[in-house]
Amino acid sequence: MADLSGALLELIRLTSTDLPGDVEQALHRARTGEAPGSAAAGALDSILENVALAREKSSPICQDTGTPLFYVRHPAGWSTRELRDQIRQAVAAATKKAHLRPNAVDSLSGKNSGNNLGDEAFPTIHFEEADGDDLTVELILKGGGCENVGAQYSLPDDRLKAGRDLEGVRRVTLDAVHRAQGQGCAPGILGVAIGGDRGSSYAASKEVLLRPLDDVHPQAELAEFEARVLQEGNQLGIGPMGFGGETTLLGVKATDLHRLPASFFVSVSYMCWACRRRRMVVHGDDVRYA
Amino acid sequence: MHQLTFPLSPDDIRGLKVGDPVRLTGVMLTGRDAAHKWMIDTFIKKSRSPAGDDVQIEQAIRPLLAGGAIYHCGPVVGGLDTREYRFLAAGPTTSIREEPYQADVMRHFHVRAVIGKGGMGPKTLAACGEVPGVYLHAIGGAATLIAQTVTRVLGVHKLDFGVPEAMWVIEVKDFPAVVTMDAHGKSLHAEIEARSAERLAQWVDAPSGP
Repeated sequence: MADLSGALLELIRLTSTDLPGDVEQALHRARTGEAPGSAAAGALDSILENVALAREKSSPICQDTGTPLFYVRHPAGWSTRELRDQIRQAVAAATKKAHLRPNAVDSLSGKNSGNNLGDEAFPTIHFEEADGDDLTVELILKGGGCENVGAQYSLPDDRLKAGRDLEGVRRVTLDAVHRAQGQGCAPGILGVAIGGDRGSSYAASKEVLLRPLDDVHPQAELAEFEARVLQEGNQLGIGPMGFGGETTLLGVKATDLHRLPASFFVSVSYMCWACRRRRMVVHGDDVRYA
Repeated sequence: MHQLTFPLSPDDIRGLKVGDPVRLTGVMLTGRDAAHKWMIDTFIKKSRSPAGDDVQIEQAIRPLLAGGAIYHCGPVVGGLDTREYRFLAAGPTTSIREEPYQADVMRHFHVRAVIGKGGMGPKTLAACGEVPGVYLHAIGGAATLIAQTVTRVLGVHKLDFGVPEAMWVIEVKDFPAVVTMDAHGKSLHAEIEARSAERLAQWVDAPSGP
């Protein structure tokens, strides 16, 4: 198997320093929607200036380079153990080059490992075998500020008058946006998973953040849900950084999972405006980034 | 635009109101979760005895904090091998985690500016009125941009807390922030929270939403 650690290092550098085009465009659109001279407009100006500067200097967009979440789809017969080793090597190398901040902290001793390598779950790596000859690696860097405002609800929720239906899901999702205020670095992107167990639900709410902002959910009722929560989330008036304003959310991405008869979980993962996600496709000797 | 230079006087602080943009110049200290807990446990509540270099560090940071600022930030730092430190990315971290500690730290060390993101709660707002002090909101995620205003890294304390949690002594020039909690009892965060709660309540009380 080829050594891909160099290619993976570039994937990490790109993810940390160069915001995806769809997110940057959404931030530009948000900027034009805010009142001239407002704190919200000022915040978005700084954000956009920072995005351009980080790309130019190959410097991290945000100092919290987060938990690296890798999603690997590999052809049949590849060694996931070797891929894991190469990913871990690349993560340590990227930390040494200051593309990543050392973020892996031992929960009992409080000691930071210094190289972003913790136990098996740090960095997080999901493997899946896929058809064809290509290896695809997607990476999300998800910071702690937005991770901390994620929420999981168990329906029915009496306080929010949320029953076990899409209307109930809508209510709890908007509650999560309200509770986050500006603390997840608004304007954010919501990943919403409906159903599953507690673990699979949270995992799915993160994976759905890989979807580009401008795609439309193939299921009509979820497409409608996403559009409605996006619109209503913005009507809450929390605004960029929680300063008040027109744009609180840049996007809403939802997915549904089968659940137990007894359980109805809704998991909301909040992604900050610095939605750092990139994809690498390896086809023979050819490596492409998107 | 308020141009402020450390140390800040009570009059500097009382002249600031929610919504005012500021530019900060001078020497300040980063400190977040581990640093706040260390200050509280060792020097304020004294639930643990000072050990190792604790007292020496407390003496070193005391004059910086008096009239100075504490910045909730866990930076990306270059030059770790050579100890020729440079801040590469240095945006604010979420401040609310320090709400249990911040007011006592402000009173004990006479801290006049707390810099972070997301705002803080009623205990910190009360301390802003007493000390007096302000909460300054930096732009979350604007890390490379903000790092440009860090002209020098003068030193670091408690690097054994890890790079993000260590207390970095930095010199800044025209560091940008906005006053979102002032010494007159006003908090932008409390206002926005109340307004959005009202909107949400209308929707929740409606039988099927708006």
